[in-house]
Amino acid sequence: MKQFIIFVRKEFAHVLRDRKTLLILFGLPVVQIMIFGFALTNEVKNSKIIIVDYAKDIASQELTAKIEASRYFEIERSVMGPEKMDKAFKEGKIKIAVVFPENFNHDLLQQNKGTIQIIADASDPNIANTLNTYLSSIITDYQTEFNSPRVMPYRITPETRMLYNPQLKGVHNFVPGVMALVLMLVCVMMTAISIVKEKETGTMEILLVSPFKPILVIVSKAVPYLILSLVNVTSILLLSVFVLDLPINGSVFLLFAESTLFIITCLSLGLLISIKTQSQQIAMLISLMGMLLPTLLFSGFMFPIENMPWPLQWISNVIPAKWFYIIVKSIMIKGLGFSAIWKETAILSGLTIFLVAVSIKNFKIRLA
Amino acid sequence: MKEAVIKTEKLTKRFGDFIAANEITLEIDKGEIFGFLGANGAGKTTAMRMLCGLSIPTSGTAIIAGFDVYKQTEKIKKNIGYMSQKFSLYEDLTVAENIHFFGGIYGLSDKMIKSKSEQLISQLHLKSEADKLVGSLPLGWKQKLSFSVAVIHEPKIVFLDEPTGGVDPVTRRQFWNLIYETAEKGVTIFVTTHYMDEAEYCNRISIMVDGRVTALDSPSNLKKQYSVDSMSKVFFEIARGAQRSE
Repeated sequence: MKQFIIFVRKEFAHVLRDRKTLLILFGLPVVQIMIFGFALTNEVKNSKIIIVDYAKDIASQELTAKIEASRYFEIERSVMGPEKMDKAFKEGKIKIAVVFPENFNHDLLQQNKGTIQIIADASDPNIANTLNTYLSSIITDYQTEFNSPRVMPYRITPETRMLYNPQLKGVHNFVPGVMALVLMLVCVMMTAISIVKEKETGTMEILLVSPFKPILVIVSKAVPYLILSLVNVTSILLLSVFVLDLPINGSVFLLFAESTLFIITCLSLGLLISIKTQSQQIAMLISLMGMLLPTLLFSGFMFPIENMPWPLQWISNVIPAKWFYIIVKSIMIKGLGFSAIWKETAILSGLTIFLVAVSIKNFKIRLA
Repeated sequence: MKEAVIKTEKLTKRFGDFIAANEITLEIDKGEIFGFLGANGAGKTTAMRMLCGLSIPTSGTAIIAGFDVYKQTEKIKKNIGYMSQKFSLYEDLTVAENIHFFGGIYGLSDKMIKSKSEQLISQLHLKSEADKLVGSLPLGWKQKLSFSVAVIHEPKIVFLDEPTGGVDPVTRRQFWNLIYETAEKGVTIFVTTHYMDEAEYCNRISIMVDGRVTALDSPSNLKKQYSVDSMSKVFFEIARGAQRSE
């Protein structure tokens, strides 16, 4: 036991002495949270829009005023003629345009039917879609106002409630995502590197010749990163609660317990990488390409898994981050208890046990 | 009062079809300085790993410090020291921390570690460097420190794998003085080297060729046997017939 403590203390010395790495380790979650929280958002605001108004009547003017009033759009200028609009699209000056046909108001009143053309730059389909949705809702809104004095015989008014995240804030999505990402990065990469480093410098040989148990070498290497990661989880949660106003709806204890499970998953992944590689560079490459990228792609954090073709959906099932992401979202945002996430927890535990088993099987106690 | 601390009988290690070490039979006494020579790829490292309990032999027997390499590797590990050709202390720890760490993992008591590290630091004249990072020391000092750390737990045998590679002649001489001092305390030194002048310092040497121990005797006897005047020539005579090289 005393040997174990001495070893863990040595590992802490390695970590704490390497100031640059330490800065990255603790700075990374803070920077990521800040970037995702304030700089990056999937809301699209103040998009440049062009109104091509052939009608120039009361209805088109009112609708234009409504569009201008919304915070999503900023009217670039009103142009006549489709060539100018084309040019503006090509130059990338605008993302979307609205065309009112002649006699818009007249058609609306007389034929009960007005047509508006919306033209969007779909080279970025997500933005085009979002803008289209905004614009449609403004038009629907106007239509409702327009109709209100009159009696409409049949009408369905959908009342949408956005559960758990009524303001549709992006923050709700990315805090769990950042947690998965940071833990993945810190645990997998740092563990892998620190073990491979001992192989590279030759100290591993010395340790193996010593009576210190090889399995304890691994365990003591994992301890500092486990603690560091829990510090990171804490700092991410504090930031999200106090800076981003995202409360933790569920049990904090459960959240930490599940995080610890995920950290252990990552540590065993790191261990596996370190066993299979001989140099720090390769360990780092594998951790980045082999672990971080799938985490980004398949955790559901950036791209919805539901929309992927089934082989990719299937792959996503073996990505630990996917399950952790679901678990954190359930606890933090939906405020659910263990009974709601036992399945995900079981899968994550299963993956962890599998990884640990494979690592131990591969871990060569003897060098040859 | 000869007392064998390393005793092997036809010790063999195969990797598939390749026989890395072939029927090695050695008997090395307490306090002896034993030079283990051979060209690169002759199988020295493999043989040494088996003796350290790092690698299980395919066949043959070996008793190290009274323990069996097949069954008692844990006990062997407590009784041997090891220094590899790579410098293998932690560069980002200080001299004192390295001593403390390695003393610690060999299970020495705090008191013991303290007295050992004081003794070691004064012996190596490292007093003013004790709190400096090992990475900042010159290579020669590192190697001496490395050796001292390898014997900190007072092992019966210390294995040195090319300990003086890349070290200047003066420091090498000092290093060998350390080895002599240690051997006088009854510690068996098992050393591999490519420097033939160092081979002359050993009590006995063996020369490995293609996985086999081809010659085994004192340097002077070997020179007589091959009627040459230096160890280099003995080595050339023997290693010339080698089939495999790196």
